[in-house]
Amino acid sequence: MNDFKSPRDFIADHVRDIPRSGIRDFFDIVSTRKDVISLGIGEPDFDTPWHVRESTVFALERGATHYTSNMGLLELRRALSKYVRKTFNVSYDAEKEILITVGVSEALDIALRALLNPGDEVLYHEPCYVSYRADVIFAHGIPLTVNTRMEDGFRLTRAMLEEKITPRTKLLLLNFPNNPTGAILPEADVREIAEFAKKHNLIVITDEIYAEMTYDGRHVSIASMPGMKERTIFLHGFSKAWAMTGFRLGYACAPAEFTEAMMKVHQYTMLCAPTPSQKAAVEALTNPERDIRLMTAEYEKRRNLLVSAFEGMGIPCSRPAGAFYAFPCIRQFGIGSKDFALRLLDEENVAVVPGSAFGECGEGFVRCAYATSMDNLKEALARISRFVGKLKAKSK
Amino acid sequence: MDELLKILNRNALETPENIAKMLNVPVSEVKNRIAEYERSGIIRGYQAILNEDQLELDRVTAVIEVKVTPEREGGFNRVSMRISRFPEVQSVYLMSGAYDLLLFVSGKDLKEVALFVSEKLATLDGVLSTSTHFMLKTYKQHGVLMEKETEDERLQVSP
Ligand SMILES: Cc1ncc(COP(=O)(O)O)c(C=O)c1O
Repeated sequence: MNDFKSPRDFIADHVRDIPRSGIRDFFDIVSTRKDVISLGIGEPDFDTPWHVRESTVFALERGATHYTSNMGLLELRRALSKYVRKTFNVSYDAEKEILITVGVSEALDIALRALLNPGDEVLYHEPCYVSYRADVIFAHGIPLTVNTRMEDGFRLTRAMLEEKITPRTKLLLLNFPNNPTGAILPEADVREIAEFAKKHNLIVITDEIYAEMTYDGRHVSIASMPGMKERTIFLHGFSKAWAMTGFRLGYACAPAEFTEAMMKVHQYTMLCAPTPSQKAAVEALTNPERDIRLMTAEYEKRRNLLVSAFEGMGIPCSRPAGAFYAFPCIRQFGIGSKDFALRLLDEENVAVVPGSAFGECGEGFVRCAYATSMDNLKEALARISRFVGKLKAKSK
Repeated sequence: MDELLKILNRNALETPENIAKMLNVPVSEVKNRIAEYERSGIIRGYQAILNEDQLELDRVTAVIEVKVTPEREGGFNRVSMRISRFPEVQSVYLMSGAYDLLLFVSGKDLKEVALFVSEKLATLDGVLSTSTHFMLKTYKQHGVLMEKETEDERLQVSP
């Protein structure tokens, strides 16, 4: 007899030790119910622009069903080089500095795997996108987090980073506009954080997937700061601004040596991004302003409606300047964010995501995505208002 | 276009209170601006968008191309206005290209519309010729699809 115990014993420690995502737990509960209005969806409600879908079909008809080069279609990299220069004010060489990936998800994964040695620390801010912690650990890195606070509008400052950094810190990971808080990074802070990165010789990975959805102020990429292109890996994709989540298409822009290293990981694990999606992305870049403006104008109105509704309910909520999330504080009700979300679902059939899914400091908050129709949003807000009315009446 | 008009253009029933929140301006300003648009004639009215096919009305609509002789003074305006005043005529557009006016005309049945064309329209001074096409089915009008789109297929909770 050999001593086979359970499959669990064979799973790698660092994988087993990562808890299941709070989002997945919550999804399992929500998906058993009918007629839920969901503010829990982290993807656009808009359809992918029709010209993009139409040209994908055309590409399939024409036989775009084979592998592309590992780096991705040159035609697409050229179009991206132009788009990134125009939108973010940084120039990347289409031949050597742009790598097409399966979403920002893959781009982040290969960036971390290409750069981290076991035990290297990655400094990032919470509340944040649910994958960061796990991705760092999968790459045998050590997560090092700073907490942003509602009282400061979830701003990230140089001082907060200076306080946390250690000699083992190698990477700084940024995400603005932010999921789940909607916070952006104003230009003055970008400058300061760039100085911080240079002073400590850090490489910056910047996830700017929501950049086009900036409603107040102007989006500034850290990659465009003096002396920063050399030490920045810029990640972006088509999921959010073009409503193309299911196409699974993103890209990484970085100096040639970083790109080459990421390419190695990408080549041996992914081969290339889906070809029809790459063709779709070429089309998406033909008139990006028009497609994006239509959607962002609508998000902005919803954002305004949402923020003023929370104000009316007496729920503190930092005004999100970007992305399509609001992160209101529900501490006053004396229940945890998971409890709040479960009871709201139970009593009013509205789904929001408990803030704790985005890091410990997200406890006391819930994430409300306004990527849903104005009518749904209005109905959801009416129900939330009724729900918090009941909570308030009880706690008196 | 003014964001306020875009909102109303899509949903004329949107309340001034909600519009004020969306645009982040006072309710009184929204009401004043709407009143001003109505006064100045920019807002010409508010209507529901109907899927008439579903109503099974005894009604047909024809799209009619009309060639007219422009007049020495006033160009196409006078004849266009005369045509527009007929209650059978739903819409009138001046066009570039092979004909001059495009009309949408409705009536009880084919015969009624044909009668309108031969007796009222074709006999007007200045009308040179007409060409009538009957509409069979409406797929989209005023930017709205006439069939409900498929359900939201997104996962109900996602990161
Ligand atoms: C901050 C952030 N980064 C990355 C992603 C994943 O994007 P992609 O679809 O490009 O993999 C998301 C999706 O929710 C996100 O919110």
